[in-house]
Amino acid sequence: MRQFDQELRDLRDGILAMAGVAEEMIDLTSQALTERSRTKADQVMAMDRILDEWELKLDRLCVDLLALRSPAAGDLRLIASSLKIVPELERIGDHCCNIARRATYVHPPILSTGSLERLGQETRAMVRMAVDAFIGSDAGLARTVIHADDSVDALYGKIYRDLLRLMMSDPLTIERASHLILVIKNWERIADQATNIAEEVLFILEGRSAKHTYLQGDSVE
Amino acid sequence: MEIDDPRPVPEPAHLQVPPPEAGLRPTSFIQPDLPLTDPSVLSAPTMLRIERLNLFYGEKQALSDVNLTVSRNSVMSFIGPSGCGKSTLLRCLNRMNDLIDDVRIEGRVLLGNTDIYAPETDVIALRKRAGMVFQKSNPFPKSIFENVAYGLRIQGQSDRTVLEEAVERSLMGAGLWEEVKDRLKDSAQGLSGGQQQRLCIARALAVRPEVILMDEPCSALDPIATARVEELILELKREFTIVIVTHNMQQAARVSDHTAFFWMGKLIETGLTENMFTNPGHRMTEDYITGRFG
Repeated sequence: MRQFDQELRDLRDGILAMAGVAEEMIDLTSQALTERSRTKADQVMAMDRILDEWELKLDRLCVDLLALRSPAAGDLRLIASSLKIVPELERIGDHCCNIARRATYVHPPILSTGSLERLGQETRAMVRMAVDAFIGSDAGLARTVIHADDSVDALYGKIYRDLLRLMMSDPLTIERASHLILVIKNWERIADQATNIAEEVLFILEGRSAKHTYLQGDSVE
Repeated sequence: MEIDDPRPVPEPAHLQVPPPEAGLRPTSFIQPDLPLTDPSVLSAPTMLRIERLNLFYGEKQALSDVNLTVSRNSVMSFIGPSGCGKSTLLRCLNRMNDLIDDVRIEGRVLLGNTDIYAPETDVIALRKRAGMVFQKSNPFPKSIFENVAYGLRIQGQSDRTVLEEAVERSLMGAGLWEEVKDRLKDSAQGLSGGQQQRLCIARALAVRPEVILMDEPCSALDPIATARVEELILELKREFTIVIVTHNMQQAARVSDHTAFFWMGKLIETGLTENMFTNPGHRMTEDYITGRFG
């Protein structure tokens, strides 16, 4: 294998490792939230450092590859998109920390229908699919992620309205609801990050931007 | 507790992303594949049209059914592995291959409206219209002035004023005037490699060609001299049409509007350079420009 191919493989492997950490943080965050576990919340916050270290390492690798290898075509798209995917994964870690930090402030539960858990699960599934699309070079799966974001946004809006109603009807819920509003906002942002990763996967695979399609007179389909 | 309150709760304003106003959209962005190249290049009239060109050295076919157009005032790069036919094709564009024994050419090459392989075509006049700059600079063992004036002299021009004006104009066009204006009578062979190559470009410019053909013009130059020639190419395309053969992928990416990739005598793919280097349509092009074969 050429040295350059090995370096590109190192980049892919690094992103997969980073995505693995991010997914583990999402799982722990969900558990910390449902189990009211300070231990798991602390684990999440400790893991954030791993993502930060990966970000520095992979940023450096991408810049080195651009400077030293003059990449073109698919190699160039992989490196350019990696420079965008890596910060998305790092931000997922930050959002997990924001949620985990509130794990002990949202109990006893004020939302009874499991919608909060569902928001976490749908977001988790989007991240998993985005990473799988990257690993498997699967444009169809990347498009599924982009479309799934609408469902998460709708769920987020519903929970948000439920929380507003709760606060209006029962002032004793205001403190927990306020924390929950920030929790659901962070879940929704993680789903956005997954969408951004999926858009980069489409750019890597198809060579055209999947972002802001209204400006390009086209849709993701 | 989740309550079922029938009262409508307005959607929080920050959840609503207003659709962009049509008037704010830059119209150029609506094109899905907006070229980075000056769009005028795309609509420029054709300077060279190659139609179903086949070339044989004896029994061996070196070019197979090549169809290609080159727009006026643009730079076209030919890329491909050694032996792919790119230099052979370049030499077809001013009939340099006529000088090789046992060459047979089929198809047409139109320079403007002139079929350059038509029996009535004046080859000397053709080479005036399509000048060639070679890989290795080849100044004549004459003065700088006489090198540049050479083409005009063999056309019969002997008026000193006309020659002086042409030499100055050509050397300025080649970005060499300021460096040599005080030593025009010195031998051209005393110039540096980069200066000699620009002198050869000036020599080609002196006869006012329409097309400049360049066969790896920077392969023997250092990075600074290469950068000067590349800058010169970008300036020259305002007046001329340029076709360049290069093994340097980055050079093709830097200087050309269009790139054509050849393999085993066949044109595999051609297109806007930025598309060829970011999202080529053919797997072989991708493998070549990413260094995976060739």
